[in-house]
Amino acid sequence: MTRRTVARTLVYLSLIAATGVVLLPLVVVLLTSLKTEKEMADADGALSLPESLFNFHNYADAFQDGRMLSAFGNTAFILVFAIGGTVLIGSMTAYAIDRFTFRFKKLVVALFLIAALVPGVTTQVATFQIVNSFGMFDTLWAPIALYMGTDIVSIYIFLQFVRSIPISLDESARLEGANTFTIYRKIIFPLLKPAMATVVIVKGITVYNDFYIPFLYMPSEDLGVISTSLFRFRGPYAAHWETISAGAILVVLPTLVVFLSLQRFIYNGFMRGATR
Amino acid sequence: MTDTTRKTVVETAAGAAPPAPAPPPRRARVRRGVTPWLFLIAPLALLVTFTYAPVANMLAYSFTDWDGVSPELHYTGAGNYTEIFTREDLFRVFFVSGYYLAASAVQIIAALYFATILSFNVRFRNFFKGVLFFPYLINGVAIGFVFLYFFQDGGTLDSVLSLFGVRTDHAWLGTPFSANTALAGVSVWRYLGLNFVLLLGAIQSIPGELYEAAELDGANRWHQFRHIIAPGIKPVLTLTVILSISGSLSVFEIPYIMTGGATGTETFVIQTVNLAFRFGKTGLASAAAVVLLLIILLVTWIQRRLVPDDKVDLV
Repeated sequence: MTRRTVARTLVYLSLIAATGVVLLPLVVVLLTSLKTEKEMADADGALSLPESLFNFHNYADAFQDGRMLSAFGNTAFILVFAIGGTVLIGSMTAYAIDRFTFRFKKLVVALFLIAALVPGVTTQVATFQIVNSFGMFDTLWAPIALYMGTDIVSIYIFLQFVRSIPISLDESARLEGANTFTIYRKIIFPLLKPAMATVVIVKGITVYNDFYIPFLYMPSEDLGVISTSLFRFRGPYAAHWETISAGAILVVLPTLVVFLSLQRFIYNGFMRGATR
Repeated sequence: MTDTTRKTVVETAAGAAPPAPAPPPRRARVRRGVTPWLFLIAPLALLVTFTYAPVANMLAYSFTDWDGVSPELHYTGAGNYTEIFTREDLFRVFFVSGYYLAASAVQIIAALYFATILSFNVRFRNFFKGVLFFPYLINGVAIGFVFLYFFQDGGTLDSVLSLFGVRTDHAWLGTPFSANTALAGVSVWRYLGLNFVLLLGAIQSIPGELYEAAELDGANRWHQFRHIIAPGIKPVLTLTVILSISGSLSVFEIPYIMTGGATGTETFVIQTVNLAFRFGKTGLASAAAVVLLLIILLVTWIQRRLVPDDKVDLV
């Protein structure tokens, strides 16, 4: 009996320790973001509490001088088009592959399968030249096209769902005179809502957090997305940890809200995305 | 013509379609042959433009000395590849991957531990699950800044240590060993959650009766882990290992944001990006990228061999 109690205690202690390790760095940054420049200079350690918990001055700085507002705008623009495109492309591909038999189908499927194995980080050297030759370099369309065009995971997710839609639905619609496009638009597409939820969440978080692609393809300051704009805090605010912290918290906050409100979908989505 | 007959054969063989109806009029038949391509044309165009064309170009560039801009380029044979494996300053980045590989081992063991204990009945289970997973969702740049502050002189780590009476002015990001260890630690902090949730999902999909039966047989928690959980999660565990290996080889964000690759923290991808976009050595960078691609394909192939995959059933 006592051995059980000891084991239980150790389990809880390890969980509490892990919670501390995860949360402490974040909480300290939150506290720092609420301190004034003077408090930072007086510095009695990173763990000290700020004088006022309602000092949002650094956030105003981050928003105005750090151009976070336009960064959120650009990110939102990219999100809308990239996600919309991914949903369209993923559902169309899944519909074509699952519902039709056609010549070279095996080849097409193999093309998508093999592409899933090619990690995007490795090919950017050459992708860059292609994007550049389309004149998309340093425009918002470069990341949009890349996010849309290289997402095989979403196709997998859509495929699983298309398969679960009974073919008899297609057939009865066809008997009533619907053509394939109508079937796709009126029957398949609306029934794919659960898959869309998954894709929108997973893709949304991935795009929101991506640094590599916007950093490579959109060097202009006007085209900063949240990752690259935050990255630019390094130069001008190098010594101003209170402003950098405010910027970091601004970026994390939307993620936290989304996570808390959509927890279940997020776990399922990332599990499905990773295990395919 | 042949297409239609073949299709009928396939469908009746699968037993899915009703007996073949009378052949539809010619125009309809042509349209049916074209329809799937209408759906596929945009996805395929994007796939070829942004995945296959780059891979092909990259292979081609890797045998040249192209600088990425000038119209002139010379064929250099396998020169770039020899350079990668013989020039010590280029080859060094592989050793940096070692830190991340070691960290992945720690990460997987920790993820397995937390997944196991949280699959049993624990108070505040959802809270702990959420806390462990959340770092995976955070923006990489924000994580970089959070940990720059964590490791900086008089930052979070130093303050915590001084609470325990340890006063140190060790520059955590100052020496290659310490900096790489710190960065690898950050990547454990960041990615533990994903591994953990994958493993937890796998453990929870094991039917509960198995544990009950085991308990009746007098099995303790360790026996349950050894004989029920471990075999049940083998596929997911292999997947996690593979993801970690290819992840360790393609580390970019955290070291690039935190140290910019200074003090011996340059990774393979940072080096490739610098070669291509800063030093104008597209040829050499392409060769490096091809090497990385081949390693990752090899690792994936090994995984597919180890775990006969029943999930890759697109057709």
